[in-house]
Amino acid sequence: MNVLVCIKRVPETGARITLTPDAQAIDTALLGFTISPHEECAVEEALRIADRHDGSTTVLTLGPAGAIEQLQNAMAMGIGSALLLETDGGDWSAEATAAAIADAVHAQPQPFELLLFGNEAADTGDYQVGVRVAHALGLPCVTGIKGIEIADGTLTARREAGGGWESFEVPLPAVVTVKEGINLPRYASIQGRLRAKKATIERIPPEPRTSALETVRLLLPPEQETHVQILSSGSEAAQVLRDLGLVAS
Amino acid sequence: MILCLVDDDPVALEALTFARRFGDVEALVFGDADVGGYVSRARRVVHERLDDYAPEAWAQAVVELEPELVLAAGTDRGQEVLAHVAALLDVPLAANVVDARPEGDAVRLTRQRWGGSLLEEALLHGAPKLLTVAPHAVEAEPAGVETNVEDFAPTLRDEHFRVRSTRREEAAAGTIRLDTARVVVGGGRGVGSKEGFELLEELAALLGGAVGGSRVVTNLGWRPHSDQVGQTGARIAPDLYIACGVSGAIQHIVGCKGAKRILVINKDRNAPIVARADWAVIGDLHEIVPQIVAELRTNGG
Repeated sequence: MNVLVCIKRVPETGARITLTPDAQAIDTALLGFTISPHEECAVEEALRIADRHDGSTTVLTLGPAGAIEQLQNAMAMGIGSALLLETDGGDWSAEATAAAIADAVHAQPQPFELLLFGNEAADTGDYQVGVRVAHALGLPCVTGIKGIEIADGTLTARREAGGGWESFEVPLPAVVTVKEGINLPRYASIQGRLRAKKATIERIPPEPRTSALETVRLLLPPEQETHVQILSSGSEAAQVLRDLGLVAS
Repeated sequence: MILCLVDDDPVALEALTFARRFGDVEALVFGDADVGGYVSRARRVVHERLDDYAPEAWAQAVVELEPELVLAAGTDRGQEVLAHVAALLDVPLAANVVDARPEGDAVRLTRQRWGGSLLEEALLHGAPKLLTVAPHAVEAEPAGVETNVEDFAPTLRDEHFRVRSTRREEAAAGTIRLDTARVVVGGGRGVGSKEGFELLEELAALLGGAVGGSRVVTNLGWRPHSDQVGQTGARIAPDLYIACGVSGAIQHIVGCKGAKRILVINKDRNAPIVARADWAVIGDLHEIVPQIVAELRTNGG
């Protein structure tokens, strides 16, 4: 089974976000970068599935040259090969990103039986790239998944729904977008890191396209003004709960 | 036509309330959802094969009506169905919108990035325009109108049922859902262990609330991931959030900022969560929480 996992390089925001002076981007001058959390779980899931079903794994990202760091992190975890759809660094719309990924998948010599994505990127939060890629490739797609089982060419996927769970069955090949919680990603080994540093990464120039969703500017939400009242004990806190009418008397 | 998808998730009624700012909205109702009083026109989707959720079939029902503007709740299903509509029609989808108004032929909107710790102001051009409404951006509020509900039978083919919900496991009876609980008792690293959460369970039980945890807690395996409050977990909107031993990283704050009131129990007066709180007890939660529980039990808890 050939598994493709698509990831995104996102800044590691600390306690607060700072914007560039033109309010078009996050000021990342002092920030490190990481794989978006849902996608780190997608990498782990790709490794587990390839392991169980005797398959190969490929990681893909669309981003600047710096995103090689995230591809190498995925390879250090155990992913076999990597593709970089190299941009000059600006935000790409969900439509453009999905079209570029679908083109790259088409151009690969080996077809993929499973394409894994994160449910949404931590930064832009568009919630749609996986679905668009599935449509472009004519594949079925399930989203928000926290459990995958594969048997006899059919994938069973579970997601949380209304406090319980709902399951889907889809034939392979398919696109699945996963959420954190599907697994606990492994740490890369030292040997893995060394291997990843030496691996060659295929670079492909993606085709840009315009979007009808035009970003005007980014802004920080207004700080909620709260004036915290310090209570001296648990009994004062209990009194607050009573005053709020939360305790049956 | 302005269309708003409504399913049985209560958050969908928030989206329907939000949608009314654009004028005369029709609700496109799936399943047994009740939109009475919210809008004057509703279409209930009826189809012999649509006894359960099938994302591409729902999307096809939307496409068949050829709307100019479509809204849905920013829930798993809302995002998923509109993403299918967006892909089918090759138009953008603005996800998790918190504010929007028409501006000429465009819609000027504000949407959440980073789970809401960053906002994007954008212009949505073209047609149809698709947007999902961030959960808890507005409160669901009926408009006091009479609702005329018609049946609508979309033309669906096998290809629209490639993916369908095949099995449903309901939550255990009596379980209080984190995302709709009136009270949430949350724990962070300060709780110290899996067993430490028994204290929080006890307090939550007395208040009829649910227990949640920070990302640290679910990554350590002290709580299942489904209990996570945060950007990669649940967005809660209780009347009261009691945060015990939680420092308040951005990732957690975006999950709990829908709370009307916050009570913090933390050793560190300078933890970022304290600045967000209405009340704070500075001290060890392992002493404070049992005090609260004992107090509530003895004096009519």
